[in-house]
Amino acid sequence: MTAYPAKTEKQLGLVIDLDACVGCHACVTSCKEWNTGGHMAPLTDLAPYGGGADGVWLNRVHTFEQVTEMGGRTVHFPRSCLHCAEPACVTVCPTGASYKRQSDGIVLVDEDKCIGCKLCSWACPYGARELDADVGVMKKCTLCVDRIFNENLPVENRVPACVAACPTGARHFGDLGDPTSAVSELVEERCGVDLMPELGYRPTNKYLPPRAAADKPPCLSAPPLEAAFPEGGFLAWVDRVLSK
Amino acid sequence: MHPAYSIIFFTTASGAGYGLLILMGLGAAAGLLPSGQLFGLVGLGIAAALISAGLLSSAAHLGRPERAWRAFSQWRTSWLSREAVAAAATFPPMAAFAFGWVLLGRLDRWVAAMGVLSAAGAFLTVSMTAMIYTSLKPIAQWNNRFTLPVYLAFSVMSGMVILNMLLQLFGAGSRPVLLAALAATLAGWILKIIAWRNGDAAMPPATANTATGIMGGTVRSMEWPHTEENYLLKEMGYRVARKHAKRLRVIAQALAFAVPAVFLALSTSVPAASAAAASTLAAISQVAGLLVERWLFFAEAKHTVTLYYGYDL
Repeated sequence: MTAYPAKTEKQLGLVIDLDACVGCHACVTSCKEWNTGGHMAPLTDLAPYGGGADGVWLNRVHTFEQVTEMGGRTVHFPRSCLHCAEPACVTVCPTGASYKRQSDGIVLVDEDKCIGCKLCSWACPYGARELDADVGVMKKCTLCVDRIFNENLPVENRVPACVAACPTGARHFGDLGDPTSAVSELVEERCGVDLMPELGYRPTNKYLPPRAAADKPPCLSAPPLEAAFPEGGFLAWVDRVLSK
Repeated sequence: MHPAYSIIFFTTASGAGYGLLILMGLGAAAGLLPSGQLFGLVGLGIAAALISAGLLSSAAHLGRPERAWRAFSQWRTSWLSREAVAAAATFPPMAAFAFGWVLLGRLDRWVAAMGVLSAAGAFLTVSMTAMIYTSLKPIAQWNNRFTLPVYLAFSVMSGMVILNMLLQLFGAGSRPVLLAALAATLAGWILKIIAWRNGDAAMPPATANTATGIMGGTVRSMEWPHTEENYLLKEMGYRVARKHAKRLRVIAQALAFAVPAVFLALSTSVPAASAAAASTLAAISQVAGLLVERWLFFAEAKHTVTLYYGYDL
């Protein structure tokens, strides 16, 4: 059934640090690279080399400018499925193709049942789902289910492709249902937020807001060189003369 | 939201067909309609044709139409699935009703019961269609208390105007039905104006700040993730120019309400042959106007995902 579980054993998800993201799109391309051969394969590209290129991507990076009385700043913003606790994309599905897993809370699409009615993409406020016009079914982030539980991969690689690719450590993966997990502690420490909490979807993924700018600009001048031969003498005199 | 022709045709045609079925079912059961078999054949035939053409059109818009049967399974949570179940469940009583009326030529007992049952099914199906849109929280123009009454009112209104046309064409023009069609048209007009005002004043369900988690100050889109339009922008990012929307609202009101109201009012005081012609023009104009209205229903609906692309909600 497309009723979602009231409570899942784990709440696997991502924590994205908007203070650290540099907008390099490495997570975007590694996501595409992994998933076009993974559980959601293929991620079709239509007219990839001509005008009107269109294709399915499960992760996209936007760039925003925030302007406050302190001034303006650029914030890069990766956007993908938030694996909500109350996912309307699951309940609206007429066929049972969309589901949320009881064991770890991951929201998935059974592509053999999807009829491509698009209603789940209308119900998602975050734009997490994209229709593959070529295959006729909906595609979405799988949190790399085919990596994170894959015993054929070395343990350190059992994280979503986007997390493995991030060069600045802006993406963290873990169990957000466990208050003692590293990701939960990070969210606690950095006051992580839900996106569009007013809609009540209770997203699992959290975003760490950019840190407040410092009150005064950092000191950029190098400290003066220390005096050579502080004990004095001939060489100290030479040092003083040459330093003038 | 992208105004897909398949869904616009589906909701308008099926809406009118179900509205006609509601009135034929209840009217025949109450003995208010001509009992002739030819009238039953034409009336129910038009209703069934509108409903079926609409449903086929909606199935054609699916990415994988051959799997459409799966949509009957999730009625416990999904309004779309409930709509599919209600639509399918309305066909057997409608077929039995038509069988009794058209082939057996009777409208008593079980045939009347089947008429009432198919009317109930039609009412439920239109309600389920409206609830699909009402339930979508990211779209303020749909997620409000007007969507359901507007869908139901327009279904019965267009059904009533078509029924009046049929009665006039069969030389069985009924003054109460004619006046009811006129009243329904005027009531639908008022309801739509209120619904438009409400939709225009709807508070956006979210802001660029809450959508990005970047609190404080103004958040402005600087760069999109892609240079070409993607699925999200094509499907959810449809924008209709304000001046076009304004003009189309005038066109929709003229065709769906004003012109039919004038022709229906004319029909009250002209000879039968002219009344039949005027009633037919009223029905044609109204259906055309409702297609424009339904196009605007989609084109003017704004989805929260467009916040990420710097659109205003």
